[in-house]
Amino acid sequence: MKILVCIKQVPDMESRFKVNGAGTWYEESDLAWRINEYDEFAVEQAVQLKEQLGDADLTVLSIGPARVKESLKKALAMGADRAVQLVDDRAYDKDPFQIASAIAAFAKQQEFDFIFTGMQSQDRGSGQVGVLVGELLGIPALTTAVGFEYAEGTVTLRRELEGGQRAVVKAKAPLLVSCQLGLNTPRYPTLPNIMKAKKKELLEIPLAKLLTTAARLTTLKLAYPEKKGSAQILEGDIGELVDKVIGILKEKTAVL
Amino acid sequence: MKALLVGEYRDGKLLNSTYELIGFARQQGIDFELFLVGSHAQLPEVDAKIYLADVATAKEYNPALHKQLILTAAQKSGADTLVLLHSSYGWDLAPRLALALEAAQISEVVEVTADGYLLPACNAKLRRTVKAATAQTVITLQAGAFMAADPAGSPEVEELAVSGTGNTEFVGYEQAEAGDVDLAKADVIVSAGRGIGKPENIPMIEALAKALGGEYGASRPVVDAGWAPHDRQVGTTGQVVSPKLYVACGISGAIQHLAGMKKSEFILAINTDKDAPIGEVADVLVVADVKQFAPALTAKLGG
Repeated sequence: MKILVCIKQVPDMESRFKVNGAGTWYEESDLAWRINEYDEFAVEQAVQLKEQLGDADLTVLSIGPARVKESLKKALAMGADRAVQLVDDRAYDKDPFQIASAIAAFAKQQEFDFIFTGMQSQDRGSGQVGVLVGELLGIPALTTAVGFEYAEGTVTLRRELEGGQRAVVKAKAPLLVSCQLGLNTPRYPTLPNIMKAKKKELLEIPLAKLLTTAARLTTLKLAYPEKKGSAQILEGDIGELVDKVIGILKEKTAVL
Repeated sequence: MKALLVGEYRDGKLLNSTYELIGFARQQGIDFELFLVGSHAQLPEVDAKIYLADVATAKEYNPALHKQLILTAAQKSGADTLVLLHSSYGWDLAPRLALALEAAQISEVVEVTADGYLLPACNAKLRRTVKAATAQTVITLQAGAFMAADPAGSPEVEELAVSGTGNTEFVGYEQAEAGDVDLAKADVIVSAGRGIGKPENIPMIEALAKALGGEYGASRPVVDAGWAPHDRQVGTTGQVVSPKLYVACGISGAIQHLAGMKKSEFILAINTDKDAPIGEVADVLVVADVKQFAPALTAKLGG
């Protein structure tokens, strides 16, 4: 059995973002990068499935510049067997359709039985790439997984709906699953596994070799929202802040 | 411009969110028709044409089949824009529709401007303006971003024949186990976010909630990490609440959390990041480490 997990490297969301010169994306310098949170659940589920199957081979794929190797290495240390980097220094310029097309072009040659993705990225949040890859490959794409079981060729999935409800759905492999937060508990790589990961294969393929489609979406602008909220900002000494807050709560609410 | 609005139906009922789609189309002044996998007994109240596929045969979840039905309706209506909610139903279907139509998909629209569609980026810290480079467009609307239309009128129904099976089997629904607390009834909710640092700090939040005469809640990451039970989760996938006072402790303000608490009467946020999106809905934002501020406030309140 062959498994693919697709990950994106994103900045830490607590970062202070600076809009770039073109005004269309954020400045990439001075940011701490990590695996997109949703994708960590995807990696964990892929590794758990590999452990269940025994003889499976797990590939982790990411698109981007040299820095994404760090995230690929983390996924290798979590248990992936090999890594593929679709190298592109301007991946942020590509729209979800182009990213999905490139992944599908790669996956088509490999005939994976299972593909895992996060349900969305933390920076762009489109939630499109996973479904598009499944559709481009002509396999079932199940989204928003908070529960995953595999037995005898069939996946039983719990999809998270709104208001605490879940839908139970089934589909047969080959298939694609997009993972929601809370699907599992992503493992921390152990030191021996980090050392082992250094020896695993990391293949580089120029993205241009796989990308034959044009963008369907153009980003015109990225900006901080106009401050719609009128939050009163309080800063300073904790003791004074506490007194101020109690004063405000007494004045503005009926709870004190 | 002509839109086809894809309504939502679950557990035998038309979902109210369908009226947000109608509200959006009216606000934008676009001609529209609707599509629904549903039943005659649960039609949206609106004076518009609706393409109806029978849920008894199409089932409530069957993306391959629903996609084909929506494409048929889109063709009949001549719509250039397909509008869905950015929900577990909408974000699942929209990319499939966009691919089939060779159309751009624009996810989680919060506003339409003269330049294009406005979307959240980087956990809602930033806004991105995008434009489609294609003739047709599939868009999903952020839940709650557009005012729902009032139900009024009666639709003209055209039934669509359902054929085919799809590649996914819908088994049924499960409800998250009910807990011992109903946050919707609390006058004061003090919620813990990732900013509390570790599960051992939950009692600190609980103590502040008690001192204020309320219940404690939690953000999704805190519940996912197992620091608090699911019945404490505030947000679209947990409980939607509107207490007299909501205190957000170390919660940055992910969209799905904001949607679950922004209607609270008074919102106090404690966060080390002055730019955190929680500031958009808060009345007061205290820039401080909640691990210092919360115990100090509790002590002063005599808790």
